[in-house]
Amino acid sequence: MHIAEGFLPAGHAAGWTIAAAPFVVHGARAVVKEVRENPESTLLLGAAGAFTFVLSAIKLPSAIGESSSHPTGTGPGAILFRPPVMALLGTVVLLFQALLLAHGGVTTLGANAFAFAVVGPWAGYAAYRSIRGVGAGLLPAVFAAVALADLATYATTSLQLALAFPDAESGFAGALLKFLGIFALTQIPLAIGEGLLGVLLFRVLTVNARPELERLGVLEPAPLTTTGGAA
Amino acid sequence: MSRRTLVTALLVLAVVALFAVPLLLDGGTSEYGGTDAAVTEELEAEGYRPWFDSLFSPSGEVESGLFALQAALGGGVLGYVLGRLRGRRSTTPAAAAGAGAQ
Repeated sequence: MHIAEGFLPAGHAAGWTIAAAPFVVHGARAVVKEVRENPESTLLLGAAGAFTFVLSAIKLPSAIGESSSHPTGTGPGAILFRPPVMALLGTVVLLFQALLLAHGGVTTLGANAFAFAVVGPWAGYAAYRSIRGVGAGLLPAVFAAVALADLATYATTSLQLALAFPDAESGFAGALLKFLGIFALTQIPLAIGEGLLGVLLFRVLTVNARPELERLGVLEPAPLTTTGGAA
Repeated sequence: MSRRTLVTALLVLAVVALFAVPLLLDGGTSEYGGTDAAVTEELEAEGYRPWFDSLFSPSGEVESGLFALQAALGGGVLGYVLGRLRGRRSTTPAAAAGAGAQ
């Protein structure tokens, strides 16, 4: 998902930066508002940021394609606090990696933020809402949302690269298939693993952070019987 | 072992297996190159030259350390939060049990 420094033509780099900027600014305001209005959210907000910080630092081998890649970890934050919050937290992670790790870059920060911190969280959140909407339980929705946030990020990166580097013969479509071939297949086992980690996280949260999850609308205010059964 | 503990153990096992099994199966022959690097190699092979270099490029060893630092910071904060949430529940049983009743 990290398009390397200088690897997008200047026009594309500028275009994606302009596209991502309003989401990040809006996200920053969403974070400030959340912390100001619900100071008790700060702990969970930290957990959401920490989750994406850990996961995006780890390079995991993939069962498909004999290559390795990073998970994203943006799904849980999008479920808990809605996607705008992740636009800021995700961009902070990318900035850290661009400045200190030479991973991604300043010129490609806009494009990477758009894929990682905007499209990924929104795709995950959309999956979460639609699966909960048809009456499914929390954990299946979490699994799908976290996995899809990961996959959607890499699909967006492939799209960005295909727009910038259309194939000489097969054009945009050919280039998109080529870049999806590099990213998407490798990413499938990672997305599944990340989805399982998301389920583990929410299993812990449903027991230990029940009041917060109820306030955030993730869990229904439960009658006493289920509270006892969950422990 | 309660059912809840069993499910947790199975989930952890599944995650570990998902990434450990491919490593074991190929006997350490594959390099597992990163997909990000695969793309830059592909573009450079097509003749593209990056027009801007990283402001700061740590050497490979230092880079690994900084990645470990990033994971440690994230893991530390996550552990701190989950620990506090759990501690809150076990020290104030009334708050946890009564959360739905108030």
